[in-house]
Amino acid sequence: MSAQHALRSESTGVPSTPPVGGAGKRPHVTIRGLSKHFGTTVIYDNFDLDIPRGELISVFGPNGCGKSTLINMIAGLIPVDAGQILFDGMLLSDIKFGYVFQNYREALFPWMRAFDNIAYPLKIMKVPLAERHARVEALVARLGIKLNLNLFPYQMSGGQQQLVSIMRALVVEPEILFLDEPFSALDYEMTLFMREQLQRLFIDTGTTMVLVSHDLEEAVYLADRVLLLSRHPARVADFTPVTAARPRTTATLSEADFVSTKAHCLDIFQREVRRA
Amino acid sequence: MNTKRFEGLLPIVGVVGLLAIWSVATAARWVDPVLLPSPIATFKALWSGMHGVLGFDFVKTVYRTVMATLIAAVIAIPLGIVLGSSERLYRSLEFVIDFFRSTPASAMFPLFLVLFGVGDETKISVAAFGAILVILFNVAYGVMNARKTRLLAAKVMGASRMRVLFDVMLLESLPQTFVGLRNGVSLALVIIVVAEMFIGSQDGLGHSVFEAQQLFDMPRMYAAIFAAGALGYALNLLFLTVERRFVHWSGK
Repeated sequence: MSAQHALRSESTGVPSTPPVGGAGKRPHVTIRGLSKHFGTTVIYDNFDLDIPRGELISVFGPNGCGKSTLINMIAGLIPVDAGQILFDGMLLSDIKFGYVFQNYREALFPWMRAFDNIAYPLKIMKVPLAERHARVEALVARLGIKLNLNLFPYQMSGGQQQLVSIMRALVVEPEILFLDEPFSALDYEMTLFMREQLQRLFIDTGTTMVLVSHDLEEAVYLADRVLLLSRHPARVADFTPVTAARPRTTATLSEADFVSTKAHCLDIFQREVRRA
Repeated sequence: MNTKRFEGLLPIVGVVGLLAIWSVATAARWVDPVLLPSPIATFKALWSGMHGVLGFDFVKTVYRTVMATLIAAVIAIPLGIVLGSSERLYRSLEFVIDFFRSTPASAMFPLFLVLFGVGDETKISVAAFGAILVILFNVAYGVMNARKTRLLAAKVMGASRMRVLFDVMLLESLPQTFVGLRNGVSLALVIIVVAEMFIGSQDGLGHSVFEAQQLFDMPRMYAAIFAAGALGYALNLLFLTVERRFVHWSGK
């Protein structure tokens, strides 16, 4: 709340500073002068970043460097101390966005069937009941997902629940989707399956996505660009482009380009970890 | 298959065992039959009593317990939600609530007698007083312990404070509310039965137990005790059934 007030009081014009990272693409999200501390620990100090439109960005970095804090600040879940975050020059309150939590068990509403969980954001937006149903049906049809949406979340597997969470985030047709370690509570088999699902969703919708990951292979595999953060106070250690064509498959994992990109990211990560 | 069928019969083992020991004890005259009548004599008294005076007393006690619990729920649930949704408000009242929750409600009889006289109002209001604090405490904790992620999830979707309260917090607190209701109804029954024994009562299970004891009509006294036990068990079972039906996600 206080963050939004702080932001509102500032100018809402597009910043004049040159894009950071982004490689010349029109930025979707512009972050300027972001600062945040927890107690005496400075997590972000005058941090600048541009997130390009329509790309999937993976955020990777040492433990406790503030990966989740970054997307939580962008998504307005925690207030910023200072700085400005704009979406095409607009404030968070002016755009539609989705957020997928790591803990799907506690993020879904167990008293609602999966279908109603997915439709809930539309209810908040005061969309009439019939249209809510139509839009959920349309989303399900478009994604080609075969799930029994009449079940309650606790009757579903972890992966299915997280899929429902992602659909709940997508149903409002968000301009940007935030995912905070969405697969880290799933077993390996389900994680692999969910990576494919997410990649398909990304290819189909072209929504800008920001994914926090603690698994470098996953981060590189899914991303158009890997945002490597340093230890706190976090800086952009590197904003590595991943050029592998989509859809990527298991074969992609062993391609020379992919392997060298991953090795490059690992080098930077280890350099940042060692920097004490 | 056979073991499964046997598993289903397990709860009956204790009942049969108790009845067997009881029968042997009375048949062998280990206990003075005046103090402990045979199971048959007791259940005869229960059967005939429930078709007569005991049945009337039973209904009276049910009425008072249900009224007390209803009044308690109507007052305590909204209050618990208000207190629980503001942690600072709850903290400032926590000591008062805990103090009166720990005060035996029976100690309040004389006060309520002065306030309401010797009628039903006194019994119902003392029982409601005890139940209110138990329900209030549980509802407030249920609201306070709502999963933070779930509240954040609603907030991030743009839900207003009121929406979060009604769509998320209220439902999040339901399992704990039912714990409060079950404890509340049990406590209300205890207080009602005690009140029926002592405050110039003319009817009710407590009165029935007490009167039978005064008249040394032991089968009738045991019958009234069993009726009270059955009532307590049935009320608990009723709330459990309603809970399983409406709070199907509880513990999942």
